[in-house]
Amino acid sequence: MSETEDSSGSGETAPRFEIVIEASRGWLRVPWRELWDYRDLFWQFVRRDFSTKYRQTLLGPAWFVLQPLLTTAVFTVVFGRIAHLPTDNVPPGLFYLCGLLSWTYFSQTMPAIAGTFTTNAHLFGKIYFPRLTVPLSQLVGNLAALALQLATFAALWIYYRIFTEFGSQPGIPWWEAAALFLSAQLQIMVLALGVGCLLAAATGKYRDLQHVLPVVTQLWFYATPIVYPLSMISTEANWRWVATINPMTAPAEAIKLALLGTSSWTPALAAGAWAITVVLLAAGLFAFSRAERTVVDVA
Amino acid sequence: MSRPIIHVEALTKKYRLGVVGATTLREDLARLWGRRRIDGSAPDDPGEFWALRDLSFAIAPGEVVGVIGRNGAGKSTLLKILSRITEPTSGRATLRGRVASLLEVGTGFHLDLTGRENVFLNGAILGMKRAEIARRFDEIVAFAEVEKFIDTPVKHYSSGMRVRLAFAVAAHLDSEIMIVDEVLAVGDAAFQSKCLGRMSSVARAGRTVLFVSHNMQSVSTLTSRCIVLEGGKCVLDDEPTKAIQTYLRLNRSTEAIFSAPPKPDAPSITHVSLTTSEPGSIHRCGAPLVITVRVHAPAPLPEAQVSVQIVNEQDVPIVHLPFFDRGQGILNAAGECTLECRVPSPRLYLGSYFLRVHLASTRGHQHFQTVEGICPFEVVMHGMDRPWPWRPGECAYVEDGVWTTRLTPAAPRP
Repeated sequence: MSETEDSSGSGETAPRFEIVIEASRGWLRVPWRELWDYRDLFWQFVRRDFSTKYRQTLLGPAWFVLQPLLTTAVFTVVFGRIAHLPTDNVPPGLFYLCGLLSWTYFSQTMPAIAGTFTTNAHLFGKIYFPRLTVPLSQLVGNLAALALQLATFAALWIYYRIFTEFGSQPGIPWWEAAALFLSAQLQIMVLALGVGCLLAAATGKYRDLQHVLPVVTQLWFYATPIVYPLSMISTEANWRWVATINPMTAPAEAIKLALLGTSSWTPALAAGAWAITVVLLAAGLFAFSRAERTVVDVA
Repeated sequence: MSRPIIHVEALTKKYRLGVVGATTLREDLARLWGRRRIDGSAPDDPGEFWALRDLSFAIAPGEVVGVIGRNGAGKSTLLKILSRITEPTSGRATLRGRVASLLEVGTGFHLDLTGRENVFLNGAILGMKRAEIARRFDEIVAFAEVEKFIDTPVKHYSSGMRVRLAFAVAAHLDSEIMIVDEVLAVGDAAFQSKCLGRMSSVARAGRTVLFVSHNMQSVSTLTSRCIVLEGGKCVLDDEPTKAIQTYLRLNRSTEAIFSAPPKPDAPSITHVSLTTSEPGSIHRCGAPLVITVRVHAPAPLPEAQVSVQIVNEQDVPIVHLPFFDRGQGILNAAGECTLECRVPSPRLYLGSYFLRVHLASTRGHQHFQTVEGICPFEVVMHGMDRPWPWRPGECAYVEDGVWTTRLTPAAPRP
């Protein structure tokens, strides 16, 4: 008897957990507080994704370094030796690796976020937690790979600085470079979250998009100045608008300016890219919060 | 009654039939186009399915409530809404407390991670803080009995070990409300009883439990109240024994005689009837009982096997009456065979019973048919006197014991 009294007593003294479940209204509903409450789960996801990615492989985390190096080698042959694309007077290896720094993160994070509802369908069907935990953990988890790639780039950069004429070229001050790099990386993250969430919501409903996504990512890669400099496309060219409207152009060019000291980056380009990115983020979060409510019913 | 800890008001969930399963873009565009042309939607679309319709109930803190119902009655939908996995179409549910919902054991287990890593991952998925898991880690591992393998990847575990570890994590969740869905149907018998023990200690500690199960045994031992769902609505909200009776009746015939047309392509049971000692399917404990089964075979059936089970209200089989064709050749030719089973003195206890009949063949271990919940009858204790009233549920089976007594006189006081 005393037990029931105790429990009813504690029930009334702790009304801080009151969950009301009803058909939700409203447009943009990001459960910030709840996301904070689930921060431990967020870190668990980050750890899980990182530590399981290369388990049961011979080389393990070395792949984080080897993969971009191998891709750089391929690019050097295909785009440098065969297609003779210019590299803004930067050693080709350095140029491609720098481009890959900005692109690899985006091209791994965005599709991963886009698959949130499909790859976690089973989990989402069995238990509740703020669904945004998954995209956010991807966003942060992939930074580890980026850091390793950045270290690889630094090693290569030092080599070129010491042993080649690249060392004599003037750069921009290191604090400007750091600020430029960080803001560009931040924009890439926000963009990956926005586009990823938008596609996640759509893929949850229309599985067709799963098959389109790799193609879109591929096209996007060629539309972004990764294997070629933006300077190659003259401002009067027919396709210049694609580069301008593409929100990945500005961060790719910014990272080149920051790390290589030369690119066609302008503040206006960055401002436009940020504007598009913020709009995509708002649209993405809206679509995601709409989808998470009932996506389980169709998944 | 204090403020309800779970309060469900007019909860409704509607599914559109045919769109369960991801659609293609083209289908949706076509539907959008179609809707626009019809101009205004039809009032009650036949393509709609109401998984829950205006369901309301309230649960007080500390109550252990069972939810039972047939498949498709809305149990899973209710759990999914209360666990916040999906949203209701209308209505509202208020939960006043931290919720632990266990719709499955081991959700989110990653096979490549070790037991230790999975405890932390799974705990976090269930909503536990890292510090909380770390504090109870040893307890969890001890409960799961996997101490030796805790640093081995889970993929090398046996399925029993995986389930034990997963349940152990869930069982150590501190929450005011527990929502549990038939997770006890897994694991070996010893572990199941351990889980049940854990559940009832959780209940005794004053936590609120909402428990969905098909296992009437665990529902009746664990819960203090039961909600019976049928067609998305609550048909009964009462104490477990009554609710279980209602649920079982939903599944059972009230006809005293079972009969079915013979199947043209397979052996089948065509008739089952029961001769009780009293009229109206009332049977006196200890009196002879006769069960008649007719079996039809479209082709000769060698080594036929017919077995009858007498099953009680809780769905527990009490008596097994097997018949094996050991060369008699009861169905040597196509046709119908009547089998009569006379039980001279069945000592079933007071209560309601049903029959369950199986038809199989020993050759090749073929199973043809099982009919369940047929030929209901009541057993009365009339004629078996004792100076104490017979009460339901005291036992399943009565026996005449031969008692002998011997007095050991007390030692004389010094």
